[in-house]
Parts: sequence; C-alpha cells; structure tokens
Amino acid sequence: MNTTWRIKNGRIIDPVNHTDQIRDLLIIDGRIAAPDQAVPQDVPEIDASGCWVVPGLIDMHVHLREPGEEYKEDILSGARAAAAGGFTGVVCMPNTRPVNDCKAVTALILTQAAQAAVRVYPVGAISKGLEGHQLAEFGEMQAAGIVAVSDDGRPVRDSQLMRRALEYANDFGLTVISHSEEEALSSGVMNEGVMSTRLGLKGIPTAAESIMVYRDISLAEFTGTKVHIAHVSTAMSTELIRSAKARGVRVTAETAPHYFTLTDEAVAGYDTNTKMNPPLRSAADREAIKLALADGTLDVIATDHAPHSILEKETEFDAAANGIIGLETALPLTLALVRERVIDEKRLVELLTVNPAAILGLPAGTLNAGAAADVTLIDPNREFIYTEEQVVSKSRNTPFLGWRMQGRAVLTMVGGAIRHTLLA
Amino acid sequence: MATGYFFSHRHILGIEQLSPEDISYILTTADSFKEISARPIKKVPTLRGHTIINLFFEPSTRTRLSFEVAAKRMSADTFNISASTSSTTKGETLIDTGRNISAMHPDIIIIRHSCSGAPHLLSRHVNASVINAGDGAHEHPSQCLLDLLTVKEHRGTLSGLKIAIIGDISHSRVAHSDILGFTKMGSKVYVYGPSTLIPRGIDQLGAVVCTSLEQAVGDADVVMTLRIQKERQNDPLLPSLREYSRQFGISREVLALARPDALVMHPGPVNRGVELSPDVADGPQSVILDQVTNGVAVRMALLYLVMGNT
Repeated sequence: MNTTWRIKNGRIIDPVNHTDQIRDLLIIDGRIAAPDQAVPQDVPEIDASGCWVVPGLIDMHVHLREPGEEYKEDILSGARAAAAGGFTGVVCMPNTRPVNDCKAVTALILTQAAQAAVRVYPVGAISKGLEGHQLAEFGEMQAAGIVAVSDDGRPVRDSQLMRRALEYANDFGLTVISHSEEEALSSGVMNEGVMSTRLGLKGIPTAAESIMVYRDISLAEFTGTKVHIAHVSTAMSTELIRSAKARGVRVTAETAPHYFTLTDEAVAGYDTNTKMNPPLRSAADREAIKLALADGTLDVIATDHAPHSILEKETEFDAAANGIIGLETALPLTLALVRERVIDEKRLVELLTVNPAAILGLPAGTLNAGAAADVTLIDPNREFIYTEEQVVSKSRNTPFLGWRMQGRAVLTMVGGAIRHTLLA
Repeated sequence: MATGYFFSHRHILGIEQLSPEDISYILTTADSFKEISARPIKKVPTLRGHTIINLFFEPSTRTRLSFEVAAKRMSADTFNISASTSSTTKGETLIDTGRNISAMHPDIIIIRHSCSGAPHLLSRHVNASVINAGDGAHEHPSQCLLDLLTVKEHRGTLSGLKIAIIGDISHSRVAHSDILGFTKMGSKVYVYGPSTLIPRGIDQLGAVVCTSLEQAVGDADVVMTLRIQKERQNDPLLPSLREYSRQFGISREVLALARPDALVMHPGPVNRGVELSPDVADGPQSVILDQVTNGVAVRMALLYLVMGNT
C-alpha cells in the first residue's frame, strides 16, 4: 500500500506547531516529511483545495464491544466507523465481556486491532471485573498496552478505592478516567426536570453527576494526582472543573457531541436513541457545555460511541440500554460549533486530537516532521444527510439519522495509508 | 360543538394529544351513553363483531373491569391478557406481543403498562387502535375523562373551577392527566403534598404548587386525593403513613375550608384513614362512586369514537 503522498493546497491546521496556512504537506514512507528531506520522484498527489489538513482525530472514549458483544460492534467494524468519521485513533473502554482487567484481555484486543483501519488504544479497568472492590493490575496491563484506566459504564462507588486508584495509577503515569455518577441518585432514565415530569419518566438529577465530579476533583487535589472526567453533561460540573483548574488541580475533562447539540426535549416521543448515561440535559446545561468548550474548561470532545442492537433499543424507554453511536457524527456536529462561532478551527483541532493525545500521552495530535502520518482531511462545506444506509458501524442507534450535516472528513490517513476517502 | 368538527383520533394515548373540542365531544358522547347502563337490558349492538383485547401488564381491578363492561355493553367481543412485565426482559418483547396480537386482527387494544410510553411504542407496531389505560407515571386519559364528566355533571361547567389535588403528584398518572385535562377545559389545578412527592416542573404543565393545605383546599370546587405509598423502590418518600395522614390527609375540618358544595374525589383504591378520613370518603360530598359509574360511560364513548363512529 502506498504511503508516500503530496497533499496539495490544503489549509494545514497544526496547533502544536502554531501552523495555520495553505500549503502542501509531504508524506514519505508513512511519515510527515521534514522540510529538508529529499523528495522522491513522481509522488502521488492528493488535491486538498478547500479542505483543512489536520492531525488525525483521536476519540478518547469509545465502546468497541469486543470481546463479548460482537453482534453490536467489533474492533474492525468500530475502526471502520472511526475512519469514516475522520478518526485515526480510538481509545476503547474496558467494559467488554470479559472485562479488560488483565493483560490477557488487553493483548487480545491489540491482536485484533492489528488488522483494524485505525489505531486502537485500550483502557484497562480500575477494578477487577468493574466490581469496585479490588484494583486491577495497572502495571501488567500497561506493559501489555493500555493507555489509561477507567471503570467507565459505572462509577467507582468506594471513595477509598478511587483514592488508591489515583495514587497507584500515578506511579505508572496512567490517567484515571472518571465515570462520575452517584448511583443512589441516578436510578432514573432521563434528565430530571419538566420533560421527565411531562413524559412520566424517572429523572436523574444533575447533582448525581456533579457530586461525583467534585469527589474526584477533591481526591486528585488531595493526592496531587491527575484525573480526567468523562462525558461531562451539566453546568455545575463545568463550574467545578473550571474552579479546580484555576486552583491548579490536575483535572481534565471531556464532553460528547450530543451534550452540546441536543437537550432533554429530544426525549419527547420516547425515542430510545435519546437515552444515554449521563442523560441529555436542559438547554441551560447545553449552553454551559458550549461555554466550557470555548474557554478551555473542557479539554476534549469524545463520542462515548456506544453501539447497541435493536434488541436493546426497540423496547420500552425504561427497558432500553443507554448509549448512542457517535464516531460518524462527531466531526460534523463539532463543525457546527465552528459555524456558530462558539469555537474556532484551531480549538476544534485541539478538542478532537491535540488534547486527547496530550492527556493520554499518545504519539499523535501533531504534524511534526518525522511523526507517523496520521492525517485527516476535512471539507468544512460538504453537505450530506446522515441516513441509515450510510452508517458504517454495525449498530444504528443514533438520534441523528435523517439530519442534514455540513462538513465531514473526506480523507482519513493512518501511517500514510488511506483508510477512508470521499475524494474522486 | 363547532360545525365541521369531527373526532379524528385513532388512538387514545393521552390527554396531551386531545384538544378541548375533542374532550367536550367525548364527554357529550359519554353522557349520551349513560342511559344504556340504566336500562334493564344493558346492551346495544353498536360494536358487534368488533374484537377488543385488554392487555394489562399491571394489576388492575376497576379499570380493566370498567373497560370490559363498557365493551360488552356495546356488544364487542373482549379478551383479557394479564402479562407480566418481566416477560418483556426475558422472552417476548412488547413489540412481539403486539405484533402477535395484531396478527389476529383485533380492532382495539387497551393497554396498561408500568413503563411510560409503552402504549406509544405499541401503537407504532399494531394495526389496531390503542387506548392507554395507564402508562407508568405518565398518563391515564380515561380516568381524567371520567373525572371531567363527574365534575361537569355536578357543576354544570368545567371552566373557572378550582381543583385541588392532594398527595403523590410525582408518581400519579391520574394527577398528570387531570392537570392537563382540567387546565385545557379552563379550570385551575392546585397541587399540594410533601415536597418528596411534587415533581420538578409541574408548574410548567399548568398546575399551581401550593405551600399549605389551606392554600390548596381553600374555596376549592373539587378536592381530589391520591393513593399514597410510603416507599417506592427503596426511595424513602415518607417517614410514615400516620404522619402523612396527620399533615396531608383530608379530614372533615380540612374539607370545611373548601366551598360548602365542594366535591370529594379519589381515583381509588382509597387508603381509608390515610388520604381521606372515612367520614369524608363516605360523606355527602363524596362522588367517588359516581366516578366509577361514569368510568363505564366514558370508556364506551372512547371505544365508540376510536372506531370512527362520530
């Protein structure tokens, strides 16, 4: 497979190197060429006129369902969906069956990932079996290839276990990703507010999230360790993170596109593709999330890509599984924020690749000379309607079917190899 | 009735979807059917040859019986299915159940389910008309309609009234439907209960949230109480029913704050001595049994109207 290219006339946006200019990008043997590097003869060209050329996007929060639930998604299908969405790397959560809580499962995931269209970075469990009792072996899993630890899908209920996880992970330089949820408050199925009252559905208060966000900030602050807050959905959480950052706490945080795009109004009609955890919140929360993306309080946009089949979704709202797929819609929905002038192009690149790579210490997020040529070409103007036939993921559980989108990845390149292209 | 009106609903999923004109039309139709239940031979051939399935995923005595009596007085063939909601997690799903029933060509499916929105889901997967007989904490439209009919009979109007609803507003689909229904018809609903049982945003549905029993009941035209439960799924809502009845129960003294001719209502079943003192429940102002009688008439009207008879 050819891995030498000249990407011509694109707008190169590479925040780490303070670059935002229209020029060519040369890739030789799967790596970004240095300015003084000898250029081979007859380099194939890719016309990137009108496109942005950015470091390959990184989604630091996906569920690939392999091993154990391959009828929903597997590593290869999830990676194809990632490539279609412009992602060159995905960070997969450990709530598989079996749980990724030991080096054998990590190794299995990475063996499968060797054939995948994009890079796959596994997250190991904090606790064995995600049961919240005993720490998993972070060191062994790290040697096998994990890039962070998390019990995502459920909170670490025991504060002492969370404290120990933060301290022990810090010894290995691993980031702890917190699924912040106080379960005693979160037995509902949607945001608690006028919509849950109108629909007669049990609500989940915003406090269920912010209480745990504050607990984990407190623990990180006290122990001097770093913590990353997953899928932030509430205004109060953003305030807690903002003030913690101002005090110098080593906290980073992500949100997902549905939290800055939709509100709990979308649940009217009982569409189970609007059911996720944390739930869609109020309009005021959505505005606070946007503000936090703009001012640096939130560092990352990650999808929480959560494939489910119709078995889990074509059912009563109460009985439906939480979660939606997101890899193919994250970039278009984030581009809408650029058009709304909530964020600029540089910030988009930071949120979708620079920052997740930095938080996890991944060799990605830049177009440094010599770096692996993980590159995404974005056509910010290309319009499309996201239809069921287009979905690349194995599952179809998304509230965005039928949406008219503007802007998408037109080419995804991993190590110089083209993994997705819409270019002629 | 405005000229040109016709009843266009194939399903009755909630009061939310009904206009004031729809509600008035249902009540007028129900009123005209009341006479049938007073005849020596309580049967008309109107729905002869129609198949009606009662699909109840929650225990119910009076609602199911009321629908069945209504259907039989209209000469429809009725069949009762009592299903357990646990079968929806292991085994047949609601959609499969609906499709199977649908394959037998019923005309109407009446569903009660503990999950809000279940009738809406069913209605998308069957050919029959679907009538919601209560879904979770969402709606109970036929109960609201029989409440409206009962008040209208006694008051002559549904506009400008003060309706006090006391008790567990959070978990009550009756309260929810009644707030929507009485508000649509031009009355004002005042709700009161312990804060643990008042849902967020209920004021945005048109209810006035009161801070005292006196505020809620004072000069009310209707005092409605709801069945109370101390605890639901480990959610500690109340310390005791004894304390509830003392703080929030309707006694003769509290009822005296309302209009002298105020109606006492309850969707049943009543916890005697908890929500209502026995002398109030059985007192001269109680119309609780009128509600039950009107339930049959309202359900006859709904069955008749969803079959396209207008």
